[in-house]
Amino acid sequence: MSLIAFLGAIELGLIFGFVALGVYLSFRVLDFPDLTVDGSFPLGAAVAAVWIVGGGNPWVGTALAVIAGAMAGTVTAWMAVKLKILNLLASILSMIALYSINLRVMGRPNIALLTDDTIFTPLESLPVSRYVVFPLAILAGLVVVTVLLNRFLNSEVGLAMRATGENARMASGNGINTSVMVLSGMALSNALVALGGALFAQSQGSADVTMGVGTIVVGLAAVIGGQSLIPGRTILVATLACIFGSILYRLMVAVALNADFIGLKAQDLNLVTALLVGFALVLPRLKLRRRSA
Amino acid sequence: MMRRRILSTVLGSMLMAGVAQAETVTLGITQIVEHPALDASRQGALDELAERGYVEGDNLEVDFQNAQGDTSIAAQIARKFAGDRPDLVLAISTPSAQAAASALQDDTPIVFTAVTDPLIAKLVSDMDAPGGNITGVVDAPPLEAQLQLIRDMFPEAKRLGVIYNPGEANSVSQAEKLNTMAPELDFELVEVTASRTSEVMGAARSLAGRADAIYVPVDNTVVSALESVLKVGYDADIPVFTGDNSSVERGALASLGFSYYDMGRQTGEMIASILGGEKAGDLPVGTVEKLELILNRGAAEQIGYEIPAEFEEQAVEIFE
Repeated sequence: MSLIAFLGAIELGLIFGFVALGVYLSFRVLDFPDLTVDGSFPLGAAVAAVWIVGGGNPWVGTALAVIAGAMAGTVTAWMAVKLKILNLLASILSMIALYSINLRVMGRPNIALLTDDTIFTPLESLPVSRYVVFPLAILAGLVVVTVLLNRFLNSEVGLAMRATGENARMASGNGINTSVMVLSGMALSNALVALGGALFAQSQGSADVTMGVGTIVVGLAAVIGGQSLIPGRTILVATLACIFGSILYRLMVAVALNADFIGLKAQDLNLVTALLVGFALVLPRLKLRRRSA
Repeated sequence: MMRRRILSTVLGSMLMAGVAQAETVTLGITQIVEHPALDASRQGALDELAERGYVEGDNLEVDFQNAQGDTSIAAQIARKFAGDRPDLVLAISTPSAQAAASALQDDTPIVFTAVTDPLIAKLVSDMDAPGGNITGVVDAPPLEAQLQLIRDMFPEAKRLGVIYNPGEANSVSQAEKLNTMAPELDFELVEVTASRTSEVMGAARSLAGRADAIYVPVDNTVVSALESVLKVGYDADIPVFTGDNSSVERGALASLGFSYYDMGRQTGEMIASILGGEKAGDLPVGTVEKLELILNRGAAEQIGYEIPAEFEEQAVEIFE
């Protein structure tokens, strides 16, 4: 693996770190299996891209993407909480609907940003290579978001949200408005995912309606993988583990891309990635077993 | 035994890399998904390169990567090439080309193929003088010639049904063009959409009784489920025309188009001249000019239509 491929994997891992945090919030904190992310990731990309191509400020476009993601999450939660649709099905409905909505937002399936000014454009004039600067800039943003998320989840509202996910009946018995908690938690979760989508489109140079496919899979792999490698009870450890999981996933893809020397072909990529991620998950346990034996 | 074989393969490939390094040309290929048309264009490019003295495994080292339909993996493939720095990158399909253009900057020449509109995709700013370090071949189908073919074969047809996936950039741009061209040839366009292969059957059925002829553009989703369109056509006696030639063998009535293999050959020619010293940005973006008429007599029988002799004479190939 070359240095640039390595840094590229880190960059994508950090971008999908926002997705991992969003999935952590819905899947772990709220106990809400949420497939909306397959739609809110490209929604964030679409909103930011349309705004930027229309001549708008990329920072405003990114902010609008976050708001759009929050709206998508709210709709899913609203269907689950108010209309009493099973949460998994509610999120599937949102995901399907968002495909059409994303097409409407963009007006066509693919919007190119290759020649437009994005939030990353000022970094390109720096004397350091973009392969180094981009991941550093995204890391800075991710650190800020992680700190804020930690402060929120340890605040009184955040504790109420965690209680809702842990045991909704007990939480409402203690005077917590669980509907509001699910609605706001899902909004926050999908806002983070949409932020990831907006950043991906801008670092990548295009928004495409198909780019949401499998977002939930990558997100879950990061959350479950990261947490099983770095177990811990505090929110800080858990969020850092999710980001670590996201980076690890991208590194495994990068390794799989270089697996041709052992006779593997391009079409084996997903299989190799799955095996590598699985191996990374089992490895620490294998070591433990040997030690105890 | 097994272990020894793996070991010798690894050692062998290491040795090969060491020995051939001196005159070997490296080519990175990034493709969004495995698909008969895209695969044919890749094969065409490699065949053309072989004819021009760049033989894979001999003096041409090919690193073929396929994103399995995932744009974030296409991005990672592009970063991999940015690090490996092959002599040239061949990008097959719009998303792969955009990822490559974004990651590689101007360091490595990029040749794209199977891209319908490189201007909208912002890959180039001028078709005749792309500038930068990128050029390629577009797969825009000759829609006007195809509509004319339908008009010539069915002078009475009034309503033309079109099935496409609204999520495919290439298909939407074809549908837009059809909308402006149809009235000129006295067609009334009836558009139906299918977002996935399982929806194609329903979309096709909704055209029965609403269309006198069906046109299937170059669309990955609909072409994958072409048989469901053909079945509706046979049952309702509606002729089905396709944008790509390979669909006629599967049972469409006729197509006047180009083959992705020929497009690949043209792309290979371009790659060879860049490897020979030309600058990618100086080569105008190419279009496939070789059009071939392909007919299917069996399909004509199914709908009770007799193909006029004049068309059979023009046809390059006729399936029974």
